Amino acid sequence: MKTMLAIISKALCRITGKNVAAQSPSEGARVVVARKFADFTPQATFDIKKCDLHRLEAGPPVRAELTREQGLQFYRTMQTVRRMELKADQLYKQKIIRGFCHLYDGQEACAAGIEAAITPSDHLITAYRAHGYTYTRGVSVKQILAELTGRKGGVAKGKGGSMHMYAPHFYGGNGIVGAQVPLGAGIALACQYQGNNQVCVTLYGDGAANQGQIFETFNMAALWKLPCIFICENNQYGMGTSVERAAASTDYYKRGDFIPGLRVDGMDVLCVREAAKFAADHCRAGKGPIVMELQTYRYHGHSMSDPGVSYRTREEIQEVRSKNDPISMLKERMLSSKMASAEEFKEIDTEIRKEVDDAAQFSTSDPEPPLEDLCNHVFCSDPPLDVRGVHPWSRLKSVS
Amino acid sequence: MATSLRCFLRSGKKAVLVAGRRGFQRSAPAGVQVTVRDALNQAMDEELERDERVFLMGEEVAQYDGAYKVSRGLWKKYGDKRVIDTPISEMGFAGIAVGSAMAGLRPICEFMTFNFSMQAIDQVINSAAKTYYMSAGLQAVPIVFRGPNGASAGVAAQHSQCFAAWYAHCPGLKVVSPWNSEDAKGLLKSAIRDDNPVVFLENELMYGVPFEMTEESQSKDFTVPIGKAKIERPGNHITLVSHSRFVGHCLDAAAVLAKEGIECEVINLRTIRPMDVESIEASVMKTNHLVTVEGGWPQFGVGAEICARIMEGPAFNYLDSPVTRVTGVDIPMPYAKTLEENSLPQVKDIIFSVKKTLNV
Repeated sequence: MKTMLAIISKALCRITGKNVAAQSPSEGARVVVARKFADFTPQATFDIKKCDLHRLEAGPPVRAELTREQGLQFYRTMQTVRRMELKADQLYKQKIIRGFCHLYDGQEACAAGIEAAITPSDHLITAYRAHGYTYTRGVSVKQILAELTGRKGGVAKGKGGSMHMYAPHFYGGNGIVGAQVPLGAGIALACQYQGNNQVCVTLYGDGAANQGQIFETFNMAALWKLPCIFICENNQYGMGTSVERAAASTDYYKRGDFIPGLRVDGMDVLCVREAAKFAADHCRAGKGPIVMELQTYRYHGHSMSDPGVSYRTREEIQEVRSKNDPISMLKERMLSSKMASAEEFKEIDTEIRKEVDDAAQFSTSDPEPPLEDLCNHVFCSDPPLDVRGVHPWSRLKSVS
Repeated sequence: MATSLRCFLRSGKKAVLVAGRRGFQRSAPAGVQVTVRDALNQAMDEELERDERVFLMGEEVAQYDGAYKVSRGLWKKYGDKRVIDTPISEMGFAGIAVGSAMAGLRPICEFMTFNFSMQAIDQVINSAAKTYYMSAGLQAVPIVFRGPNGASAGVAAQHSQCFAAWYAHCPGLKVVSPWNSEDAKGLLKSAIRDDNPVVFLENELMYGVPFEMTEESQSKDFTVPIGKAKIERPGNHITLVSHSRFVGHCLDAAAVLAKEGIECEVINLRTIRPMDVESIEASVMKTNHLVTVEGGWPQFGVGAEICARIMEGPAFNYLDSPVTRVTGVDIPMPYAKTLEENSLPQVKDIIFSVKKTLNV
């Protein structure tokens, strides 16, 4: 034990440049054991990749500050999403989750970074790979998993499923590719109309980027200077079609044409945060919409029915996992800057594992919504309505 | 005399103020002649004034005063923020309208005609209609989609389709189809105040038709409830059910038939979904005969739905003959005048169908 601690201590000292020579093993061990939080670096600045710019004179900063607190929060958020998605994978293979299940693991830095750049009173809408955003926008793992398993404790009482989860200022979860983009611009219109200085983050994928309605939306958003941040999460594949096979121009950040754009390293949570902040400032200054392309990657296939290896190689997936994993990258940064210890991360992992396991337990034990709920929520604010059932003798009731 | 005058008014020829004829002795509060267009305009004006979350968007609604002048004067009065001209991007602006409704506004989204709504139908159905259900009540979509529906005059196949059946098929939507000015104003106000997505099907040929409106209906709080049909003309021998422009045709047919001693009860559906089947059933249980009249195509249409519902309910046992549907001809709309006239129900077709149904 003492030897191990000494080794760790020496390694850390080497990274931070402290003089190791004088310490004996026992002294080194004592130093580690006596370490308090005050010994951690409270804040550090990191170099981040420069963004490619389109119609912009200047872009986000190339150095990003990170406090220990925010770093640990990022880690917690991303690791929770990661574990939650892997749990969903498990539950799907056990056939407890049915239908569509599009997993987000690999892309965590996008959701975490964006949320850090906006406020809870800003708005966000995305497509069907939505579990990560559902979490960052405030829905608990428990309510997400229970929605996936179709139970009454789910965020939409089990009536929506994977692609239809909602929260205050989070508009889903949308199943029709590209349809969420005009919706997002509409939300931005409402922000502008109400003069509340809020912005709407409107996400879509590289597949959706070729939808006509997106270009209609770009036109109107630019025309009316809507405070809308259009974000293309480019994970290289639209279902099984790689970007080169789908788009005549894969410079998604330029596809807004007259709308300024940024191309961002979507695997680096700090890069995402800085770019999203830059974009939000742009919109709040009344300059109109902006397009961001986040270059990211998904480890899973398109959905649970896609093994994800017929159109890409296992080597490619492995390469990203080992060299570009967003969680590992953050962890290494923090460890190497002495912002946190490996034990802390382990502790967080343990807490998250428990949270996710408890949520999974709930999601498998909570009952399904009762049949009485079948016809409810067809209309809002209405007196009870008769609904025709499967046959004429089946008279059902719908309550708002 | 009164009947023929009323008939005069309804079929839309130049109308005469009835109220002024009595001299000193005034009748009930004097009515006012208002065209359907002006009634719609009034409805929007009043609702824009009443609730600042309400706004209108669509092609040519602002500076052009509306493609059919329905929104005349509104842009001048309310400005760019409340009355928004859009580019020709139905799918885009319908989606924008729906999104704005999700975020707290109350948009009126105009389609220049409902034929163009087909470009945006995904936003109407998947983004608007289904959302309250999918979210188990978390996300409401208080939006009105309005515009002219069905055949106009000489606009041919791509501009003449009736969308009542298509939209009324979908749960989560309310579908409203006014006939006269009172319907237009009252139902549009109700639609705008409704917290749900409402498809409001107007008719271009009705825009210029004046109707007498009661003083009560001039009030800024006058609304007509969605989901309730109206008996425009009581009768004992046969029930005619219709919506929109063809209600007028039914009333004209009823006037002619009355001279032959056949008294038709004419029901104006007003709302296609949710349909007021009870009113139809009550009428059929009285008259024992039913004819439905619509401009849309026969297959899977409004009349087809009425037939099915009557069969499934208590009124079936009161029928003395099968229900007759009078519909548009099952073809794309032709251009040539004679062909076009013969593609839609005429008064003589309704009269013929009534007599066949009654076996006289």
